[in-house]
Amino acid sequence: MTLILLIAIPLIGGILSWLSARIHPRAPFWISLTALSADLVLAISIWTNRLPTLISDRLQGQWIIDFRHAWIPQLGIGIHLALDGLSLILVTLTAFIGIVAVVSSWSEIRERIGFFHVNLMFIIAGILGVFLSLDLFLFYFFWELMLVPMYFLISIWGHENRVYASMKFFIFTQAGGLLMLVSILGLYFTHGRSTGIYTFDYLQLLGTALSTQEGLWLMAGFAVAFAVKLPAVPFHPWLADAHTEAPTAGSIILAGLLLKTGAYGFLRFVLPLFPEASSIIALPAMIVGTVSILYGAALAFAQTDFKRMIAYTSVSRMGFVLLGIFAMNELALQGAVMQIVAHGISTGMLFFIAGALQERIHTRDMSIMGGMWSTAPRMGAVALIFAAASLGLPGMGNFVGEFLVLLGSWQANAVTTVIAGTGLIGATAYAVWMMHTTFFSVAKSEWKFPDFSVREMAVAAVMIAAIVATGLYPQPVLDASADSMHRLQKIIQGAQYPADRADQKAASAVTEGNR
Amino acid sequence: MISNDFIALLPLIVMASASVGVMLGIAASRSHGFTASLALFSIYLAILSLVIAYSEVPRQVTPLIVIDKFAILYMALILLSGAAVIILSFGYLSKHYVACEEYYLLLLLAMLGSMVLVCSSHFASFFLGLELLSISLYALIAYPKSRIKHIEAGMKYLVLAAVSSAFLLFGMALIYADSGAMTLSVIASKASHDARYTLPFIAGLTLMIVGIGFKLALVPFHMWTPDVYEGAPAPVAAFIATVSKGAVFAILLRYFTQTDFLKSDSLFLVFAFITFVSMIAGNILALFQNNIKRVLAYSSIAHMGYLLVAFLSGGAFSAQVVTFYLVTYFVTTFGAFGVITLLSDNERDADDIDDYRGMSSRRPFLAAVFTAMLFSLAGIPLTAGFIGKFYLITAGASSGLWVLVVTLALSSVIGLFYYLRIIFSLYARPVPEQPSPMRGISLAGGMLLAVLLMLLLWIGVYPAPLMDGIRLMIGVGG
Repeated sequence: MTLILLIAIPLIGGILSWLSARIHPRAPFWISLTALSADLVLAISIWTNRLPTLISDRLQGQWIIDFRHAWIPQLGIGIHLALDGLSLILVTLTAFIGIVAVVSSWSEIRERIGFFHVNLMFIIAGILGVFLSLDLFLFYFFWELMLVPMYFLISIWGHENRVYASMKFFIFTQAGGLLMLVSILGLYFTHGRSTGIYTFDYLQLLGTALSTQEGLWLMAGFAVAFAVKLPAVPFHPWLADAHTEAPTAGSIILAGLLLKTGAYGFLRFVLPLFPEASSIIALPAMIVGTVSILYGAALAFAQTDFKRMIAYTSVSRMGFVLLGIFAMNELALQGAVMQIVAHGISTGMLFFIAGALQERIHTRDMSIMGGMWSTAPRMGAVALIFAAASLGLPGMGNFVGEFLVLLGSWQANAVTTVIAGTGLIGATAYAVWMMHTTFFSVAKSEWKFPDFSVREMAVAAVMIAAIVATGLYPQPVLDASADSMHRLQKIIQGAQYPADRADQKAASAVTEGNR
Repeated sequence: MISNDFIALLPLIVMASASVGVMLGIAASRSHGFTASLALFSIYLAILSLVIAYSEVPRQVTPLIVIDKFAILYMALILLSGAAVIILSFGYLSKHYVACEEYYLLLLLAMLGSMVLVCSSHFASFFLGLELLSISLYALIAYPKSRIKHIEAGMKYLVLAAVSSAFLLFGMALIYADSGAMTLSVIASKASHDARYTLPFIAGLTLMIVGIGFKLALVPFHMWTPDVYEGAPAPVAAFIATVSKGAVFAILLRYFTQTDFLKSDSLFLVFAFITFVSMIAGNILALFQNNIKRVLAYSSIAHMGYLLVAFLSGGAFSAQVVTFYLVTYFVTTFGAFGVITLLSDNERDADDIDDYRGMSSRRPFLAAVFTAMLFSLAGIPLTAGFIGKFYLITAGASSGLWVLVVTLALSSVIGLFYYLRIIFSLYARPVPEQPSPMRGISLAGGMLLAVLLMLLLWIGVYPAPLMDGIRLMIGVGG
């Protein structure tokens, strides 16, 4: 029931805030904030109540909470929500970043406030649903549900080029989603034919016997959908436009949460459902991750638009996640989870700063910025901290994530790891460049605008605390995801070793034949 | 004929006598309100008679008509749609026409025609029903005589529908000459075996496919659709989009899914090709339209293509899926055309995309309904269209029609462009100098839309009861 509540609170809160806009223009803000805080409290209560027992006794089963209810029994569709360590981390992150997004909208959104909040809350509900569903149909349902409100968010409250950006975003993600749907159905029927049970339930579909060919094709549909969201390099063009044109809250949610659904999809669905096919594409996927890291960094360095630049850093940073996932050992997987959390916080905050800056000086053009430190030292300091986090400075969460990913992927493939490692240099270059052109260097005009307000400093303080806490003491996050990642790795090994054994057998048969 | 036959035929008898009754009523006194309520009342009676007739199913009444659960379900769908059209038309017509009572007479006749169509088991009743439907539609399209556009559309429909009927008739004649049969089930089972084809049979079958393709507006027989949709009064366009196409589809379903015509490779290939090009062409052509009715026309072509994907998967399951999708499509189409109807004034129909600019601030309710309907057409979650499209893809995937399924998925991405464009203009900032007539919308129309919206969301969130109901009506053995 707790899981239903987690999703229902933002949905109901969203509708309430829509209705309340007639009473007072500030009412939607407070209602959304209350609803998301309730969600966060709920998530934290799960941490404190259930997690210690899970860590102490790993044999109790994978799921901390498991909820099932019939929905469309004719097609084997049920409402199956479940939460394990990985979901718990992401749910908490969602509620947390959601609050930041709501707070960021305080002064930016001035028209149709009620409708804005209902969209924001529906996106968050959709994301929570994605992180919690264990029925593939339900998962697809929530996956699609996130899109529409996001489209509205960009197309109504976005910046100059919002129509183009929102359209591009919608079509890229929708195309990926539909291909995933085809794959889901392919899996459904393959499983149904071999076992006679037609179901969309994840746990039952797990371990479906697939031929190599089938596995590759079915996996491709899922992988495309998740690679679009992640985004991995050939599928990234929507990202920069969507992030740049979205209102601040939209950018924060896009970068902080929506991209994470792609990573989560790889971890939850692609690897466990198609372990054999995943091992086959592991190396290409790691190469794609590496290319994303380097290409994203290069593009980020070339931007003059503040938000666009941050958007491209996301491409680069999420490349580490892809690299970690497909290195497929526990160390790298843990690193990927860590990187998801840290990137959510750091990029979310960078977009928060970008939004605050645009509200004050009405431009995102970095070529006319410069020397703003003296006008807004608080803002500059916060930006400096998060630029440092973004480049992977030790002491921040991003460092832990990237370090673990590289450590793990070194075992999987040393060459790609070395090349990916140079991405850290690229990150340093663009982060330093960003700080230099905006807050340092010579002032190009006489800046006069207010520094961070109390509201904004409060957000900054919480975010700094979060990024430093994950950097200095990442153990709770690692503990929470340890069990899930451990199981995941076992599934992959299970698929790899029979194949190896078969190869050995074939090899020995050949040698015997030669004798 | 014994009394049980009459009980089975009761729905048709009620509709036929209702038409006569309405005609006599008009002769007695011209009153718009009275005629419309009489028509609604007779639909109500006909629905009641369906319940009575249900006790007699399945029953073959003469070689011409078969009343079974399938027919009852489709007749109910037709009657409910007819009621929706009457409610929409009442507000639409009362805005600016005097002497519009015969409109309802024609509508009842068209409904009677489509009801005969879904019950027909013989070439004669099939053709009779189809012609009754088409001839009423010629007049309905051109009904608002004052506007040249409607007459043009009526003429176009007249010419093309007459030509397609001629094709159909000639096809029937050839098939009869070859096989000596006029019963649809016999012909459908013969059509499912390539080996038994003879030249006249092939020619006849081809001509019939052309005729049916015209009625369903499938590519390459689709040219009339956008012009007729654009020219017809909005409620009539809704009727064409739903009832007239649904009834023809019912016939296809009844006879071809039972006989497993997938076994015939050549027939399958022909339909697969039509499906493929309908999905692609419908969606691509819709991109270039600025007229909402034309967009809906092209999107209906694409939707008929989607439907054919499930149709081609064959078997009882495909009949259920197609029926389910038709229900969702009916709801959605009435919702969309309902909004257009309610916004239309006595000058012209509100069918330009600019009419909808910034509508969300002027008419939030209508904008919300229209958004929901467009999302449903695009297949976005929480709406009926999502479940419907999912169900279609399931059916296609169950028979391994991967090429068609992937085409469906990708072409509906193209479809997103034009739906989103309309939705965007709904929520764009309104043009300031635009004269915005703030007429109130009719209460009945508003309520109808509210009901449709609720249906849309209900099917979208909890489709299990509807699926069960359809499965009950179209189970194994029909």
